[in-house]
Amino acid sequence: MSIDRRQFLKGALAGGVAMTAASPTISEARENLTMPPKAMGLLYDSTLCIGCKACVAACKESNGMPPEFSSSVPDQLWDTPLDLSGKTKNVIKMYRNGSADHKDVEENGYAFMKHSCLHCVDPSCVSACPVSAMTKDPENGIVKYDEHDCIGCRYCVAACPYDIPRFQYDRPFPKIVKCELCRHLQTGENNTRFQYSACASVCPTGATLYGPTEELKAEANRRLALKAGSETSYPRGKIGGKDSYQGKVGNYIQHLYGDKELGGTQVLKLSAVSFEKLGMRTLPERSFASVSETMQHSLYGYLITPLVVLGGLAIAAKRNVRDDDSSDQA
Amino acid sequence: MSKHAPPAPLGGSYVTPMNVLMVMLMGIAGVVLIVRLIYGLGAVTNISDGYPFGIWIVYDVMVGSAFACGGYSVALLVYIFNRGEYHPLVRPALLGSLFGYTLAGASVIIDLGRYWNTWHIFTPPWAQINSVMFEVAVCISLYIAIMWIEFTPVFLEKFMKKDMKQKLSKWMFLFIALGALLPSMHQSSLGSLLIVFGTQINPLWQTLLLPPIYLLTAITVGYAIVIFESTISALGFKRPFELDLLSRLSKVMWGILVVYLVMRFGDLIWRGALSEAFNPNLVSLMFWLENAFFLVPAVILASESNRHRPSHLFLSAVCMMAGTFLLRINSFLVGYDTGTGWHYFPALSEILLTVGIIAVEILGYIVLVRWLPVLPKVDAAVAK
Repeated sequence: MSIDRRQFLKGALAGGVAMTAASPTISEARENLTMPPKAMGLLYDSTLCIGCKACVAACKESNGMPPEFSSSVPDQLWDTPLDLSGKTKNVIKMYRNGSADHKDVEENGYAFMKHSCLHCVDPSCVSACPVSAMTKDPENGIVKYDEHDCIGCRYCVAACPYDIPRFQYDRPFPKIVKCELCRHLQTGENNTRFQYSACASVCPTGATLYGPTEELKAEANRRLALKAGSETSYPRGKIGGKDSYQGKVGNYIQHLYGDKELGGTQVLKLSAVSFEKLGMRTLPERSFASVSETMQHSLYGYLITPLVVLGGLAIAAKRNVRDDDSSDQA
Repeated sequence: MSKHAPPAPLGGSYVTPMNVLMVMLMGIAGVVLIVRLIYGLGAVTNISDGYPFGIWIVYDVMVGSAFACGGYSVALLVYIFNRGEYHPLVRPALLGSLFGYTLAGASVIIDLGRYWNTWHIFTPPWAQINSVMFEVAVCISLYIAIMWIEFTPVFLEKFMKKDMKQKLSKWMFLFIALGALLPSMHQSSLGSLLIVFGTQINPLWQTLLLPPIYLLTAITVGYAIVIFESTISALGFKRPFELDLLSRLSKVMWGILVVYLVMRFGDLIWRGALSEAFNPNLVSLMFWLENAFFLVPAVILASESNRHRPSHLFLSAVCMMAGTFLLRINSFLVGYDTGTGWHYFPALSEILLTVGIIAVEILGYIVLVRWLPVLPKVDAAVAK
């Protein structure tokens, strides 16, 4: 019965045509989202970082997170996280090569990189989350997490291209852990010693700087335009504050990480060693969230396509189910 | 149309060595579940922030629901494409799907870290309609409900509720239509789940054609499962093998499989991604293994005579299942570049819970075909 296949393919083809015919009318491609009006963020300058990890300790203090002991350090005397985890929202990692003699040199050198949420302009985690537990603040753009909404599916953990959200696998009532730019400090119930992002406020060299993303971007571009080895003034803590010092300009790679990556991030990074080497992926400008949502909207926008297909299926089923009933009773 | 024997309960004993074994496996899984609830997911699984989805998602849901597509694939054929001759396959296939999907749903809830919030997915202030996970969760839940409704006549027949069955049958076409629509949506969306992962997924699997890739393999494996289950049923319950029907079904399966392979390799060549398959690493090995399992049945079933040989049908079905299994494992785990230093292989306790879930499916199927009118009635002498 070769008609089987022909009929089936005809049907499948008709269905496919109906789907593609319906889709373009439903929605245009979903473009990258744009920077919120009062976007706040951090500027991390790897050339200024001395790897003291004061930011790691301050992050724990500000967020009330427990210490974490790595297995490579025998005595459990102080906090030694090696990576982000259910106990750690911010970590400084070291890149080293060969003899590791010189700072900010790729060969036989070493360099530091801060790993914490980049607060994407168009975050994958927000697009992925099925229950709005991960949201982006429309004003300051902070990517917020609310455990009371969360179902613990870990789609955000899997989807994040920067590997930021982490999950507490060791707890019966776990939650997702990620940097929220110390937004709890702005709520009025601040009983810590910090006024803004703890990591930036304790950084002794201004390697981590807090402020509005636009101003941070201007500061980063100012540094990129300077001649390596010349002297300049580096702000400490938050941008526009009183605290600053004179320092030598690093041998920057001419790339402001976070300016264009996946539509941009509110946390920006400068470095003298290639970002790939420091564990920051090379990423396209089109956000993954926009690709995924364009796909979803063109298939399911306003449920038009599913309803049209359902109508066709119902007509076919109504016709065919009758034959079937009579044969049932036969 | 064709006339076929009405379905009838198989009867026979419920206490068999097979069933006892299944109950024991379920008991072990129950212990794993209790440990998971008390000590958290890390106590019984090897999942990590590098591999946040383990086999409870990738096998139980991605593969499990695809293997549960028998009911969907056969219903498409019988009710949408009006191939009434396949009608005897509807109920057994639907029963298999019912268990496969219900347990995939149960497995998700076990895997959810904050399972007590599950209802948020379906509730407006929380429901996040841009999320592929939202679409998958809603569609799968609805489909499970629809399948139980589709299966209700079997219970009504058992308990002689004729008038209720007639009332329901007036509306059955709507449930059948939904039962054809919903799996088309969520089986394709299981593939779409990967799109937001972006460049973390190897180009061999990251493509905008993931929805049709997942959907076509789900439909074909649906037919493969029917062939597989019919063969096992014929052997296990000592029933006649429905060769004529299954060989025709295998031709339908072959047709869709060829369409799939043309699309899959066409896409890889068009995107220039096929070169990835020639790197000397595990990823390319797994890619070729996956596709070998699709190519073998495509070759076997091309020949008319092979389609009439039960052994070849069974082999093709098993290959289809292996290919579908590997496509899902490869795209979610093997082809997922999560950064250096992460490893994942399921823990024994993790596997035992999955085995326990499969045991529930097998036991449920055996008990229900003995108790309810599911399988077509055959000559008493043959049926034992």
